[in-house]
Amino acid sequence: MKYTKLNKIHKQLNAKLVEFAGFEMPVYYTSIVEEHQAVRKNVGMFDVSHMGEIFIYGPDALKFVQKITINDASKLIPGKAQYSAMCYENGGIVDDLLVYKLENGFMLVVNASNKDKDFEWMKKNITDENVQILDRSDDYTLIAVQGPKSAETLKSLVNFDIYELNYYTFKYGKILNTDAIISRTGYTGELGFEIYFESNEEQAIKIWNSILESGNQYNIKCCGLGARDSLRLEMGYCLYGNDIDENTNPLEAGLGWITKLDKDYFIGKEALLKIKQEGLKRQLKGFELIDKGIPRHGNQIFFENKNIGFVTSGTQSPSLNKPIGLGYFEIDSVDETSIFEIDNRGKRLKARLTKIPFIQK
Amino acid sequence: MLIPEDLKYTKEHEWIRVEGNIGTIGITDFAQSELGDIVFVDLNKNKTELKQGEVFGTIEAVKTVSDLFAPVSGKIIEFNSSLESNAEIVNKDPYGEGWMIKIEISDLKELDNLLDAEAYKALIGK
Repeated sequence: MKYTKLNKIHKQLNAKLVEFAGFEMPVYYTSIVEEHQAVRKNVGMFDVSHMGEIFIYGPDALKFVQKITINDASKLIPGKAQYSAMCYENGGIVDDLLVYKLENGFMLVVNASNKDKDFEWMKKNITDENVQILDRSDDYTLIAVQGPKSAETLKSLVNFDIYELNYYTFKYGKILNTDAIISRTGYTGELGFEIYFESNEEQAIKIWNSILESGNQYNIKCCGLGARDSLRLEMGYCLYGNDIDENTNPLEAGLGWITKLDKDYFIGKEALLKIKQEGLKRQLKGFELIDKGIPRHGNQIFFENKNIGFVTSGTQSPSLNKPIGLGYFEIDSVDETSIFEIDNRGKRLKARLTKIPFIQK
Repeated sequence: MLIPEDLKYTKEHEWIRVEGNIGTIGITDFAQSELGDIVFVDLNKNKTELKQGEVFGTIEAVKTVSDLFAPVSGKIIEFNSSLESNAEIVNKDPYGEGWMIKIEISDLKELDNLLDAEAYKALIGK
C-alpha cells in the first residue's frame, strides 16, 4: 500500500479509507453528500496526491507531446494548461490527462490508476525525439481546493493575487513559503484551484491545516473521493475506468472537442478519422431515472426490449436529489422523448435522456 | 460504534429487538457507517412471510447497494413507511427511527442462532 504525505491527517480525521490505485485514500470524512454540498455552496479540499505527475523535457518536448496527445499542445504558452488524452493506434483511450506548459517542458497530470501504464506507453513511443521523461509522482503532493469560496480561502496563503489566475492557467508561486504550481483547474465544475508542491510530510500537513483554518470562516470541509466522483458526474466529466477506457474512443465519449483531427499527426489519428468518416456506432449520453434506484456501472440499457447500451457511471445527484447516470447508447436508438429502462439487479428502472452537464453552472 | 447490549445481531449486520414475540429489525451502526450516505431503502412489500436469512429488501447508498436479510422467520406486521421519503434516518438513528420492519416471530428458538452484542463486536473487530 502507498500513502500520501497527508495520510496521517485522514486517519486523525477518522476518514473512511479505501485502497484506490494502490494508495490508501479517503472516500469520505463525514458524508459524501455533505462534502459534495460544501463544494457546491462554499468550499471543500481534497488530497489528490495519488495523481501522477510526469515531466517531459528536451528539445523535442513539444513534438513528442503532440505525438502522444490528441489535443493541440502547440496552442499552449507557458502558464497555460489543457485537457487532453492519449490514444492507442486503434483510437482506444490510454488515459485522459492535463497538459501543463512549463518554461522548459511539459507536466502531464495523469490518473493514478494508469500512471505506470502511461509512463511505459510514453517511453515506448519515443523514436527519434530528443526528450527526457521523468515520473515525479511520488515527489508531489496535490491538494485541490474547490468551490465558490476557494479563492477567498487561498488568497492570504499564496504570494500572488490569486484572482489574477484565469481558468486553465497556472503560476509558479509559494504557499506558506513552499514553492508550488498553483493552477485554476479542477474536477468539480466550481471555481477551484489545484496546488502541486514538493515537501516533507510535516510541511504538507502544515499547508493542509492552514487551508483548513483559512477556510473555516466559509465552513470548509475536507472531501473524499466519493464527493469527487459525484461532483464530476453532475458535470458530466468522464472518469477513466468508468466512462472511458481502452475500448472506447474520444469521439463517442463526447471528447471530440479535444480531438484535434487537423493536427499533423498523433497516435490514433488515422483510426479516429476513419471512425468519424464511417459514423459513430454509439455515444456517451446523460440520463436520469424516473423510478427510484441508482444506476450502476455495467447496468444494461433496454428500449422496446432491445439491449441498446450500458451504464458507465451513476449516482444519486446531491444537487438535483435524483438519480443520474452516463452510458453508451447505440446511435439513434433513443431520443429526448423516449422512456427506456435500466436493468439494475434484475429490476427494470424507467429512465430518460437529459442534458449534460446535469446541473446548470 | 454503537452496539446496544439488548439486541441480537446477524453476521450480515442486521439487528433485532425482541419484545414478547414481536421483533423489530434494522441495520447496525457499523453497517450504516460502512454504507455511507443511504439514499433508498427498498423494502419488499409483496412479502408477508419471511424465512430466517431471506432477503426482505435492499438498501442503496451513494456508493453501493446491499441486500437486507431477515434475522429470524416470521410474519411481517409493519414496514417503516417513513423510510420512503427519509432514508437518511438510517444513517442518523439506525437503532431507533431507522428501523425497517416488524415481524411476528414464528420460532423464538431461532434467536439462538444470532450473535449477542459481544460476539457482534468481535465480528466487526471493534
